[in-house]
Amino acid sequence: MARIVVDPVTRIEGHLRIEAQVEGGTISDAWSSGTMFRGIELILRGRDPREAWIWAQRICGVCTMVHALASVNAVEDALGIEIPDNARLVRNIIAATQTIQDHVIHFYHLHALDWVDILSALKADPAKTAQLAQSISDWPVSSEKYFKGVQDRVSALVASKQLSLFGAGYWGHPAYRLPPEANLMAVAHYLEALQFQKEFIRIHAVLGGKNPHLQTFLVGGMATAMDPNEPGATINPERMDFLVQVAKSAIGFVNQVYVPDVLAVASFYPEWFKLGTGVGNYMCYGGYPQGSIKDPADFFLPRGIVLDRDLSKVHPVDPANVTEYVTHSWYEYSGGDQAARHPYNGETNPKYSGPKPPYEFLEVNEKYSWLKAPRYQDQVMEVGPLARLLVAYASGQPEVKALVDATLGKLKAPPAALFSTLGRVAARALETQLLASRLVGWIEQLGDNLASGNVRIHNGEKWNPNSWPKTAQGFGFFEAPRGSLGHWVEIEDQAIKNYQAVVPSTWNAGPRDARGQRGPYESALLKTPVADPERPLEILRTVHSFDPCLACAVHVVDARGHVLARAEA
Amino acid sequence: MHTLKSPFAARLSPCGGILMHSPRTRLTAALKSRGVSRREFVQFCSSMVATLALPPRYLGAVVKALTQASRPVLVWLEFQDCAGNTESMLRSSNPPVAEFVLDLLSWEYHETLMAGAGKQAEDALERVVREHAGEYIAVVEGAIPTADGGVYCTIGGKAALDIAKHVCSKAAANIAVGACAWDGGLVRSNPNPTGALGLHEAVPGLKNLINLGGCPHNPANTAAVLVHYLTFHDLPALDEYNRPLFAYGDIIHDQCERRAHYDAGRFVEEWGDEGHRKGYCLYKMGCKGPEATYNCPTVRWNDGTSWPVKSGHGCIACASHRFWDTKSPFYKRLPSVPGFGVDVTADEIGWVATAAVGAAMVAQVAGNMVRDKLRPKKTAEETKEPPESRGA
Ligand code: SF4
Repeated sequence: MARIVVDPVTRIEGHLRIEAQVEGGTISDAWSSGTMFRGIELILRGRDPREAWIWAQRICGVCTMVHALASVNAVEDALGIEIPDNARLVRNIIAATQTIQDHVIHFYHLHALDWVDILSALKADPAKTAQLAQSISDWPVSSEKYFKGVQDRVSALVASKQLSLFGAGYWGHPAYRLPPEANLMAVAHYLEALQFQKEFIRIHAVLGGKNPHLQTFLVGGMATAMDPNEPGATINPERMDFLVQVAKSAIGFVNQVYVPDVLAVASFYPEWFKLGTGVGNYMCYGGYPQGSIKDPADFFLPRGIVLDRDLSKVHPVDPANVTEYVTHSWYEYSGGDQAARHPYNGETNPKYSGPKPPYEFLEVNEKYSWLKAPRYQDQVMEVGPLARLLVAYASGQPEVKALVDATLGKLKAPPAALFSTLGRVAARALETQLLASRLVGWIEQLGDNLASGNVRIHNGEKWNPNSWPKTAQGFGFFEAPRGSLGHWVEIEDQAIKNYQAVVPSTWNAGPRDARGQRGPYESALLKTPVADPERPLEILRTVHSFDPCLACAVHVVDARGHVLARAEA
Repeated sequence: MHTLKSPFAARLSPCGGILMHSPRTRLTAALKSRGVSRREFVQFCSSMVATLALPPRYLGAVVKALTQASRPVLVWLEFQDCAGNTESMLRSSNPPVAEFVLDLLSWEYHETLMAGAGKQAEDALERVVREHAGEYIAVVEGAIPTADGGVYCTIGGKAALDIAKHVCSKAAANIAVGACAWDGGLVRSNPNPTGALGLHEAVPGLKNLINLGGCPHNPANTAAVLVHYLTFHDLPALDEYNRPLFAYGDIIHDQCERRAHYDAGRFVEEWGDEGHRKGYCLYKMGCKGPEATYNCPTVRWNDGTSWPVKSGHGCIACASHRFWDTKSPFYKRLPSVPGFGVDVTADEIGWVATAAVGAAMVAQVAGNMVRDKLRPKKTAEETKEPPESRGA
């Protein structure tokens, strides 16, 4: 029996530590710990709710706009503001762009090296690599010469004895099973994806001035002025052409490179469609309104919960049922740490009780993480692309159903295969494919509005704080790349009184609750084989399949130590 | 450090400088050793020369930097961060991040991107400190918590502050990217419960420290600093905050494409109104451009695509010192604006708007070569200090 520690878990956002108990070559128990806290007192309390999004956005620089969007949604909900249709479209465009880019970076730059052995690519035959690439996709960049060039670049790197980012990998690990040609192809696409992500994200630069940390949201709409005849308008016909062109290029990359690569890699690791299952409850707040944000039934990705892997039924979601535990988190609640609290009366009194650094192991029977443990009606929920896809699939969303069934057909796998480590990876790729085609549609709709002279982008009725009620409270939500994100805001006398965020990686990476129920990472790691405890590659596979984003597991507290906002993504 | 092979000296040397040393052989060797195609290589060198805004004859210096027997080692440390600066670096174009990572530097530690994890990652960092002491570049992202024994950020069970002291004190140069690493940023906002500080305060006395503020840093500037360092083994000229003058020396308002509207009194009065659609000045909507310095309007973001004011929202002064504490509320218009009423002709605006980081670098590199580092007085906007808080 050995205790394995992985800290830092790299190729994620933020600071995550995994401790796992290994018995007879498999994991018998696991603990997930967020090891960074940015408690920023007074950050939002007393501030103008109209600028809360600028602050909240800094919770995360990876999924950089998700907290901004959840924040304006929350304030608009509190003040009863309806945004113009153009603002809805711009928000959908920005959000879909974020998710597509994030998913591509996740697969190639954060996750692929768990499946792809870079050094094995040196043994590949470039001609056979070209054949392989051409057999799975008609992506034009696939010549023997091209792959030879990439291989030469890797050889030069290895010959220099300075492997840069690739120096400390688990190369040669027995769990790597791709043939050299597939490895070479993946390395080539790692580099292509680096290029793709920065070209594609120029959509954010046009609409938000920059990425990361776009600067374009407004309570009541967007700052992207529209005019069919003005070159000074953020959205004008010339920029629309640019957006359409960039969005279309994404369809090519996603359909011809990303999705085929995921399926090709997955086909060599069939057992990972059985491993990493986890809790089996999946929740989605719903995302991408087609009309009003008040109408989740009409969202592109529907709202709902799938319980215990039962795809025959979709349960409703009521945000009033969300609570958080701190039983195993480094905080204390004024009413004791055994009871959970709803975000509207949430508290965050940080109280570190772990070992003094430097330390070797955490006290996992006590408190062991800076993350709280969110629960829905006291049940553990997994959130993220897989949860969204399963809820949409179980709801019978036709586009999702068709794509998922076709993909399962290709993989010759039943829907149950989705409840797994590779299920998460595949769901992320399929969602990217769905969003890439939607993205073009939303941009074209915006273009049609522009052409027809519908240029309304902001509802200014409530911009002036004197028009607000004395007190108000609201809930803003969004399906961030990593899952369901909720912000709760309370406004009093034109200022923020209380602000709370319950974020995707807190749902997934959180610790145990008062009843000792494991969080989703912790459950998913159970029964994972570990071939070499010194190089726990298998742990990375499952943890990375969730796409951890830990920075956000941060609570914002006021001077008396009440939480104002908590964050993650 | 400061073993600078001055390109200025090279230019004056009778044999015509570095390029005269058989550039062709060097080039061929470089191509071979880096496994890159000739086309890629030439593109790469040209982009470096362009980033530095050097005359083409400096190609030799760049080739030399590129063909060193071993590539300089870089480690990128993340503490109380949001990874926004890492993401921003991924958007670098000139040169692209792949060239930094594969061809130009050996990027041996960076939690968000590196292959290794856990013990192997820690060992990689330790090996750099041991084997390359005094030679490597350390980039720092995020604030460093100093309260309560460092429990607010640990990596591999070690406190961030201890890691920063250990790694940065042995680096040849330290680059703090983003507001948090520079001055503590948002994490240090009052009353700063984790005792968060920027690198220069958390680990005082570091040599060769450069601060690249901004929320996040603009990768065009960071790339320019890295290329400058690799080519000349020295940092560019810095201001009082150890920021490169080429990026932080000019007021945004003076470089803004909406400035003519400001001078003519044409303002956006409401979001989405006619003025907003026509690209009028955002001053009345709270723009902090008149109080902020940065080369944001000229370098722009994401391959020069845009910047916040161009896209319709006011500036929040994200590259200014302690901006979270000093520049909010962001939608309240500035009470008084220095330089109000100064007229700027359309020609001048045009020139400013098209000047890229390169132009600023020309002036700055020249400045570096002919005189001592320029340390001008702080601008009016920078002299305001926010109230101090715990940990400072
Ligand atoms: S106030 Fe802002 S928008 Fe107006 S000219 Fe100055 S920097 Fe530009």
